[in-house]
Amino acid sequence: MATTETYVGQPMLRKEDAKLLAGQGTYIDNQTMAGMVWMEVVRPPFVHATIDSIDTAAAAAMPGVVAVLTAADLEDAFPAGLPMVWPITEDIKIPTHWPLSKDKIRFAGDAVAVVVAETRAQAEDAAEAVVVQATPLGVVLDLEEAAEDEVILHEDLGTNVVVHWSHGGGGDQSVFESAPVIVQERYEQPRLIPNAMEPRGCLAYGIPAAGEYTLVSATQIPHIARVGLSITTGIPQSKLRIIAPDVGGGFGSKLNVYAEEALALALARRLGRPVKWIEGRGENYVATIHGRGVLHDCTLAGTEDGKILGMKFIELADMGAYFQLLTPGIPELGAWVYMGPYATEAYWYEFRGIMTNATPTDAYRGAGRPEATYVVERLVDAFARRIGKDPAEVRRMNLHPPFTEATASVMGLQLDSGNYEPTFDRALELADYEQYRKEQASRRESGDTKQIGIGLSSYIEMCGLAPSAILGALRYVAGGWDAAEIECRPFGKVVVRTGTSPHGQGHETSWSQIVADGLGVSPDDVEVWHGDTSVTRLGMDTYGSRSAAVGGEAVRRAVEKVREKARIIAAHELEVAEDDLDWSDGAYRVKGAPDRARTIPDLATSAWHAHALPPGVEPVLEGTAVFDPPNFTWPAGTHVCVVEVDTETGKTEIVRYVACDDIGNVINPMIVDGMVHGGVAQGIAEALYEEAVYDEHGNLMSSQMTQYLVPSATEIPTMVLDRTVTPSTTNGLGVKGVGEAGTIAAPPAVVNAVVDALSHLGVTQMGKPATPERVWRAIQDARGGAA
Amino acid sequence: MHVSVSVNGTAHEADVEPRTLLVYFLREHLGLTGTNVGCDTSSCGACTVHLDGESVKSCTMLTVQADGREVTTIEAMADADGTMHPLQDAFHRNHGLQCGYCTPGMIMAAASFLKENPTPTEEEVRTSLEGNLCRCTGYQNIVASILDAAGQTSGVKA
Amino acid sequence: MIPAPFDYVRAGSVDEAVSLLGSREDAKLLAGGHSLLPAMRLRVARPGTLIDIGRLGDLSYIREDGDAVAIGALTRHHDVAGSALLQASCPIMAYTAEQVGDPAVRHMGTIGGSVAHGDPAADMPTVLLALEATFVAQGPAGSREVAAGDFFRSFLETALAPDEVLTEIRIPKTTAGWSYLKFNRRAQDWAMVGVAAVRSNGGVHVGLTNMGLTPLRASAVEEAVGGGADPATAAERADEGTAPPSDAFGSAEYRRHLVKVLVKRALEEAMA
Repeated sequence: MATTETYVGQPMLRKEDAKLLAGQGTYIDNQTMAGMVWMEVVRPPFVHATIDSIDTAAAAAMPGVVAVLTAADLEDAFPAGLPMVWPITEDIKIPTHWPLSKDKIRFAGDAVAVVVAETRAQAEDAAEAVVVQATPLGVVLDLEEAAEDEVILHEDLGTNVVVHWSHGGGGDQSVFESAPVIVQERYEQPRLIPNAMEPRGCLAYGIPAAGEYTLVSATQIPHIARVGLSITTGIPQSKLRIIAPDVGGGFGSKLNVYAEEALALALARRLGRPVKWIEGRGENYVATIHGRGVLHDCTLAGTEDGKILGMKFIELADMGAYFQLLTPGIPELGAWVYMGPYATEAYWYEFRGIMTNATPTDAYRGAGRPEATYVVERLVDAFARRIGKDPAEVRRMNLHPPFTEATASVMGLQLDSGNYEPTFDRALELADYEQYRKEQASRRESGDTKQIGIGLSSYIEMCGLAPSAILGALRYVAGGWDAAEIECRPFGKVVVRTGTSPHGQGHETSWSQIVADGLGVSPDDVEVWHGDTSVTRLGMDTYGSRSAAVGGEAVRRAVEKVREKARIIAAHELEVAEDDLDWSDGAYRVKGAPDRARTIPDLATSAWHAHALPPGVEPVLEGTAVFDPPNFTWPAGTHVCVVEVDTETGKTEIVRYVACDDIGNVINPMIVDGMVHGGVAQGIAEALYEEAVYDEHGNLMSSQMTQYLVPSATEIPTMVLDRTVTPSTTNGLGVKGVGEAGTIAAPPAVVNAVVDALSHLGVTQMGKPATPERVWRAIQDARGGAA
Repeated sequence: MHVSVSVNGTAHEADVEPRTLLVYFLREHLGLTGTNVGCDTSSCGACTVHLDGESVKSCTMLTVQADGREVTTIEAMADADGTMHPLQDAFHRNHGLQCGYCTPGMIMAAASFLKENPTPTEEEVRTSLEGNLCRCTGYQNIVASILDAAGQTSGVKA
Repeated sequence: MIPAPFDYVRAGSVDEAVSLLGSREDAKLLAGGHSLLPAMRLRVARPGTLIDIGRLGDLSYIREDGDAVAIGALTRHHDVAGSALLQASCPIMAYTAEQVGDPAVRHMGTIGGSVAHGDPAADMPTVLLALEATFVAQGPAGSREVAAGDFFRSFLETALAPDEVLTEIRIPKTTAGWSYLKFNRRAQDWAMVGVAAVRSNGGVHVGLTNMGLTPLRASAVEEAVGGGADPATAAERADEGTAPPSDAFGSAEYRRHLVKVLVKRALEEAMA
């Protein structure tokens, strides 16, 4: 049915919800097949060791066991190791990463064997019975210690320092020596565990005689995984189908090509039976990528009155024991936002990637940009403290002036558009900034046990990944385009095939809004298909806040192509020239005679039966667009956090949290708000709760959800959100992206607030997360006494 | 071990290994896959179902413990004609879910809670969710959904 | 993850449970299962036999018994929290039960299970220690009573013999000032440190959670208060005789500090 309503910009309720609310989601563990067997991965309890022997005999003899296989047994199953697609420098040292390790165990999640059994329980039982003898080696987790190469993870590489990347600098570097004020700080950011609520899992099956295989996997990237898994398994891309069913959250942890996916495919091929693997939570904590794990030495050059002249950052980044898909590129994703939203004149960033005996790191919500924003915003606060100015005042006077056209930045890339001051002012207004400053003064005056702190974080982020030519220049092996195919079925329904692969982001709803507006149909008549390489043949998937700015724009462009073809058919049917048609009220109408009209459903039906199409027009009303963005998008914003810190226990409570973001135009404000809520919660978690803690032997102490503190509704505050709108110039929708904004902005806002609450006691340093113990110790240190 | 469990009003007889967790009995024996598993330590609450009308974590229960008792899962929350339970409807209207994985557990936890406390404050709602983790929503719209459901219903159905 | 295989027996009575405990090697009692089953799923606990006492309905009760309240060992935390009798005659019990785990855990977990497990990080044992509760255990030779002070022997080790079943917990009615302060970083977690303070005959009993291998009494604090010290002064002695753990949540040193802060606050609340 044709409709004339406008949907983009409306808080339309989600089309995805009905099945999820009914418990009818298609998550990987809900899928089963006749003849299916269960795979369990053997990860011996060593952190770094040489494998002496693997005895599979006892396991193989256990009830229900189909096969127990080691790397030696699967030698011919993998023509190549697992893919790493971002060799960021010419001289980067890349370790080989086999799905099963052959001779060494390099981290707690390293797999050395697989067990296949008829049931889940039998597979778990047998995996316990595989006996691995190994000789422990020294363990390195500390980045500076690992960089000394006393213990080397990959002997063939000769060093743990596998990559050194330098931005090369921008502006006048002499300010870092000559500026009136030089602030130097060191910030450490621990490893984080992504904790998508659904652990990973996959189901591989095929037709061996035809050489055709399908992998259903809890992945964010079916299209990229097809390329990668084809290389690792040798199954041609033309015979390999990857399906992402409903996926229970990703946050980057499912933006990868994992050993278990390759193993399941290899076993399905070897055994001729469907093979299913479901990750346990403890297994997830060692075998699925971690995020963060960085150490920054930072310098800010400024003036006494608060002008920032330059910022310089030298980073050590924990790569973990191997490269996963994007590992060495993650710090580089942050390389372009170390100036924040400020008009600084000098810029320097470089990093070294270090191998350690821990789970590989990779993209975790924000990927490089939270790491950068955290140190920039901590540093700006340190600068404000040094010169005795209000941190809000220092930020405000340094904000980059507004611009609506692409504008060069000191970091070398062009920003699409920005107007930071209104966003900043609105955030402070919503936060009652001045009022809380007064409250803070009065609590300080009275020496209250509970002190108030106010933290700010002004950020800029790089989204809409990515212009393919720039990716090429940065040595990424793939492109950054995305695609949409729109098929107008006869009698009114529209099918959209999108190359994005949502896992909670609501693309079915948002893309329907775009299509409904463009084609004059109801969103209910639009079906969005995604996440299956045989259904949505073209795509680059969902990560890096790219989906709306790239995939959504591809949908909009596909709509335009449909409309162009529809116009030709309409003109033919209405016996007028194309120029005599207007698109209005959801139909092509004859100028001056608007009742003479054809809707998209009318034209789709004509194009389908094709009884009387104009000469040269092919049947079927459809349009395909592949969009390669001309630039990244650059959202920005300011978050304000007010905390109350118990100076006796060290416990922090958030009393107010305000997020004011500028993410360009908004397709569905309800969905956008939800993403900001979730992102901020994850950022608060990073600031106050979450941390992968290791003991001195390199064992992960926070090895289950009982010790790794994913916060609940009790810990997360109600947030106040608002937005300003500066449309992006890189896409016709004017959108910038929002998936990571909260996670980027929140950690420094919260930690700055904690420091601010204690600064009158002399506290200037604070680790992340600002746990009660760290806060207590900071107070003790500031008092200059022992505990 | 032979068990007889009523699930969503239907009596089921089965022979199970004693170690069969209730959640796997529901998912793999009965095909009721709406109840999810997110951890191994009763931390996340994705597996929350009702046992005799009260919330329990079905991953921390043996099927044999449910023998002779009544289990209710997310699949039975809507009416037979498909009309959503007020909580399901409120989660939809308030955007209380994103990836949806924690959602069945959240709804079952909330339904049990609202029976005990039909007119809760926001703080009480938040406290009631201490054992249910979500990674997408930041909880704000989950809390709003539950408050909304509490406001619009008198005597929320089990 | 799924527990390793085990034999399962359902006890029809306490006597039967006692006799099964005596006859089965490597047997464990299953009540609510909320301490045992997570450990079994991680396969760090692998009992050969589970004896399910969860259906012994006659062990689920809360009733007055003169100056005491008797609580059946299989009474769930949820029922302890909601008990009008306890709210009126021993409110610290009802309050603390509400601090255990989360609502779903409290619907299954039992007070007896928590006590018999003897985890020093659990809330109820500390409060029962401060209340000087009495535990009733039934073994092959019949019932006996054990004072809370004699019950918790070492880490996850109690005075219960391998063939004894905890059947009842008896607490004195106490409406005098009280406080239970549970400090954790996340509401659902075990206490990093917990402090129970209960006024009694002009003095105060103080129990400590997660400050050693067992729940502990802060005797030095009690002594100081008895000697007329104010809360802040008495609290300075809160870590005497403790041996707190260092773990992913925090160091022993921090816990020693924290317990002083919490004892001071608990004393102030209980004495108010």
